[in-house]
Amino acid sequence: MVDLWSGLVQAFWLVVTFNSELVEIALRSLRVSFTALLVASLIAMPLAAILAVKRFRWRRVVIAVLNALMGLPPVVVGLVVYVLLSRSGPLGVLGLLFTPTAMVIAQVIIIVPLIASIAHQSLRDLWQEYHDLLISMNVTQMQKVTTLLWDARRALLTAALAGFGRAIGEVGAIMIVGGNIDHATRVLTTAIALETGKGDFALALALGFVLIALAISVSLAIHWLSRTEREGSW
Amino acid sequence: MIRKLSVALCALAIGTAAQAADVMKMAVTTSFHNSGLAEVLLPEILTDLDLEVQLLVVGTGQALKLGEAGDVDAILVHSRAAEEAFVEQGFGTHRREIMYNDFVFIGPEADPAGVKAAESAVDSLQKIATAEANFVSRGDDSGTHKMELSLWSKAGLDAGTFGDWYNAVGAGMGAALNTAAGLDAYILSDRASWLNFGNKADLGLLYSGDPVLFNQYAFLPVNPEKHGHVRNDLAMKLEDWLTSDKAKGLIDGYTIGGETLFVFNAEPM
Repeated sequence: MVDLWSGLVQAFWLVVTFNSELVEIALRSLRVSFTALLVASLIAMPLAAILAVKRFRWRRVVIAVLNALMGLPPVVVGLVVYVLLSRSGPLGVLGLLFTPTAMVIAQVIIIVPLIASIAHQSLRDLWQEYHDLLISMNVTQMQKVTTLLWDARRALLTAALAGFGRAIGEVGAIMIVGGNIDHATRVLTTAIALETGKGDFALALALGFVLIALAISVSLAIHWLSRTEREGSW
Repeated sequence: MIRKLSVALCALAIGTAAQAADVMKMAVTTSFHNSGLAEVLLPEILTDLDLEVQLLVVGTGQALKLGEAGDVDAILVHSRAAEEAFVEQGFGTHRREIMYNDFVFIGPEADPAGVKAAESAVDSLQKIATAEANFVSRGDDSGTHKMELSLWSKAGLDAGTFGDWYNAVGAGMGAALNTAAGLDAYILSDRASWLNFGNKADLGLLYSGDPVLFNQYAFLPVNPEKHGHVRNDLAMKLEDWLTSDKAKGLIDGYTIGGETLFVFNAEPM
């Protein structure tokens, strides 16, 4: 309990004094997770729309696999990405291991199934409503996909935020592929793991509180920017 | 709205960081990093050599693995047999001893096994085994773990046959110390990690000083013949600095709570 309290106090002072190291790792956390979110959304959302609109033989299997992959263990993803990017691995020539790019790659793999599954769920419901209308208007597949994505944008925001939450709170994979290098690949979660290892629970908790506060403010900011829950704008 | 969002995202996604002229990666052991010595040496290296050394803090086993794969330019570890094998297999160019510190036995202040009265490191372990007192082992193939195993075999005991009192946690030094604090268990730790450890609970330093507990750190540059991309030139620059008189002063002068942690013992080439 003492640790919890001193963690809160320390978190308060770290934020109030604008601790430069904290700002650095917090910004890196945001940058890595936002980049991963951007890339993952560009992959996952069109994929979800296609799965909702198009009928093909393996559709059910693809959906089932995507749902199952939501529970992908990050540490395994980290290890696979590590082996691929290692200098002695197939993509070693790129020299990406222990860089923020490697962390982005690992996070994209982790959150694509999550975003795609949640997005597909809401797009499927919307497609049931739109099906007859869009078919009768004889639109192309491409138009169906874009219409669905645009009209479901609020639900897709939830999917994206879920993906962001998983990415910014993730530690297992980025610890392996990023290496937790000071001033290069250290982010909030890996710093927390490091401080816990040193037995400095108060500082670890302080960083944890900062992480939670950051996740909440990002969510609030996105809701505010996109004007959800306002009258007259569905 | 979409435009606002994407502008915000792109601004975050770009962003660059200022870098030193040269950057190299070095794998070091958790015990070296936990000692806090790196925070003293790295800024000096940056000013003297304009070289940014990026540290990957891992166990000795993983550090050697990173060197074998060519993912780092040099390693600084403490497990002589494994280091010599590393050089022999051609993964490293050579092995250069830099400094040493020592291992200590940590355990509950109540000391149910009577380690405080032990005559040697081997004797301490035999007392713990006889009392079947809780013991936490790193269990992660690190230098500290290898040291512990070699001490068990010197004591004529096989760690594989121990009962429930022997807990191999498979974690770094700090995490293992946390576990020992929770279980009120005995543990072998390097002195630096112990002094810097924040969550001491009821644990105390019970035994130290046996020469077999000395812990030699060595610097091994990764062989550029195996991996053409490694920065051997930077590794050599760093080695020269680490064995210089300036490094000697910094290493010998580093203390925690008035206690000296490392003894510089690099031989001039």
